[in-house]
Amino acid sequence: MTVLPRTAARTDRERMTRAAWLVALGVLLLVLPRLIYPVLALDILAWGLFAVAFDLLFGFSGLLSFGHAAFWGSSAYVTAYLLGQGQSVPVAMLGGTLSALALAVPIAFLSVRSAGIYFSMITLAFAQMLSFLALQWTDVTGGENGLQGFERPGFLGLDFSDSVTRYYFCLAVFAVGFYIAYRTVRSPFGQAQQAVRDNEQRAQSIGYNPARFKFTAFLISAALAGLAGSMYAFGHGVVSLEVVNWRTSGEVVMMTLLGGTTTLFGPVIGAGIVLLLRDVLTTANLPVGIVTGLVFVLVVLFFRRGVVGTLQHWMRKR
Amino acid sequence: MNTQLLLIQVFNGLVNGAFYALLSLGLAVIFGMLRIVNFMHGALYMLGAFTAFALGQAFGLGFWPSLILAPLIVAGIGMVLERGLLSRLYGLEPSYNLLLTFGLTLLTQDLVKQVMLSQYAVSSAPYTPPPVLSGVVNLGFVVFPKYRLFVIGLSLLICLITWFVIEKTRVGAIIRASTENPGVTRAFGIDVSKWVTGVFGVGVGLAGLAGVLAAPIYSVEPYMGAELIITTFAVVVIGGMGSILGSVITGFAVGVLAAVGAAIYPPIANTLVFILMALVLLVRPSGLFGLPEGAR
Repeated sequence: MTVLPRTAARTDRERMTRAAWLVALGVLLLVLPRLIYPVLALDILAWGLFAVAFDLLFGFSGLLSFGHAAFWGSSAYVTAYLLGQGQSVPVAMLGGTLSALALAVPIAFLSVRSAGIYFSMITLAFAQMLSFLALQWTDVTGGENGLQGFERPGFLGLDFSDSVTRYYFCLAVFAVGFYIAYRTVRSPFGQAQQAVRDNEQRAQSIGYNPARFKFTAFLISAALAGLAGSMYAFGHGVVSLEVVNWRTSGEVVMMTLLGGTTTLFGPVIGAGIVLLLRDVLTTANLPVGIVTGLVFVLVVLFFRRGVVGTLQHWMRKR
Repeated sequence: MNTQLLLIQVFNGLVNGAFYALLSLGLAVIFGMLRIVNFMHGALYMLGAFTAFALGQAFGLGFWPSLILAPLIVAGIGMVLERGLLSRLYGLEPSYNLLLTFGLTLLTQDLVKQVMLSQYAVSSAPYTPPPVLSGVVNLGFVVFPKYRLFVIGLSLLICLITWFVIEKTRVGAIIRASTENPGVTRAFGIDVSKWVTGVFGVGVGLAGLAGVLAAPIYSVEPYMGAELIITTFAVVVIGGMGSILGSVITGFAVGVLAAVGAAIYPPIANTLVFILMALVLLVRPSGLFGLPEGAR
């Protein structure tokens, strides 16, 4: 009967490690705008949450969405549009998030019926439909010009013309989003979701409905991606066609993989690394695509655990 | 709308369809045989066009030699990639192929952009069709550029040959055997991994060929494959992934439908294919010509 205490000690240690990660990430994000310029820091928050949202679907449900830009992008557009109509910041961000959720319902319905690579292609195609819509519907999206110069009215005495204030406001939003993702993964729903991922037939045979789990996971993921997209629009004050481009869908995959799937902390770290790397390359006037493409290839070939995944694996082995 | 205009649109649609068909045929060969989702297909199509352009600049090679040489070079590049990189991912989920080739796409596009900017000081270059094919043909009811008719004809011919080789010949039988049951095929003394590399080479060679054919119509630029590949993926999903015949028929059909649709209601031009895809998925998730998942 030595098994029980040992496993208990083990989960205890895992809980400690998790708490340590949480504190480390929290401290890092709190001081981030002092280390790098605040707009870049805010980008890391937005993309970080986007990657967490993506990981919720990819890492925990095994569904590789190659069209997550649809939710990020639609929310960014709606947020910018609502702000342009004179709405307050929370209303605009909520509106963006809800629009992403609404968009996800039909897309999820049609795509979770397919598995594996079919799922990837179908989500990609839906995202592409949206990207053409964004290009054509110039009255709302501004077409090639995008949306810019919209107001960001102050809220509760906060002055959003200051980028540091914007950062800390978004940090609060990020914390809410991250908490939702964290709770989802640790909940019975999250456990069942992983059971479905690991062995769909077995999960079905013990009474779970795989399609329903995938559908729900898709909606949560899309809504969080939407929340991240609204942060991005709010942070930058500009929304362009870039937000619905397929490269955006690919980039979020890269951030997640680089940081480590199924780690939740990983995607945020991954987003940070990619954005910092891109920032350095652009200022040094080096070809961004060549370097990021190379990093992507190397990660897929040799480093599939990602940064946080590798660290955790290494610590667990010790 | 008058009939003349409609006919012109049908022909334009067939030209686009010729490219969709060649590209989705290559994807179908690679996916059907090797279970690789080659996101890089669009970039290899661009490499075909770029190679033809670079051969012309460096050695004064004209269209005809390039039409043979460039696809062979692209096939060679493809085979090196398959041996060196993709083969490391066999046995893992196909998602990893998609991700690896996505990374390679970013890499290739920007690499070509750098080369074009540093070597030729341009980021987009025109490429002229051979004199034999310039000018127009009067078909009686409509006047149409000679070169575009040539593209439609050659694409059809290549698709037909590919289909014939895979479905009707001994070579095709070996390929199908190698991919369906590698163990048994190996027992017959056939070097399966060589055939796999070869098939991948042929698939990307088709993309390279499409690239050379496209150069005189769309001009050569690093991102010319970027949007096309997404449409091609939609064509593949509509036709049924891995179906040789399905990809060819759907390729041409989608080209024509999109062109005719655009003539009736212009804003729909680029979206129609994705709407079609959504409709097909509702009725037949495995595509028009595909077998249901798990049935192979």
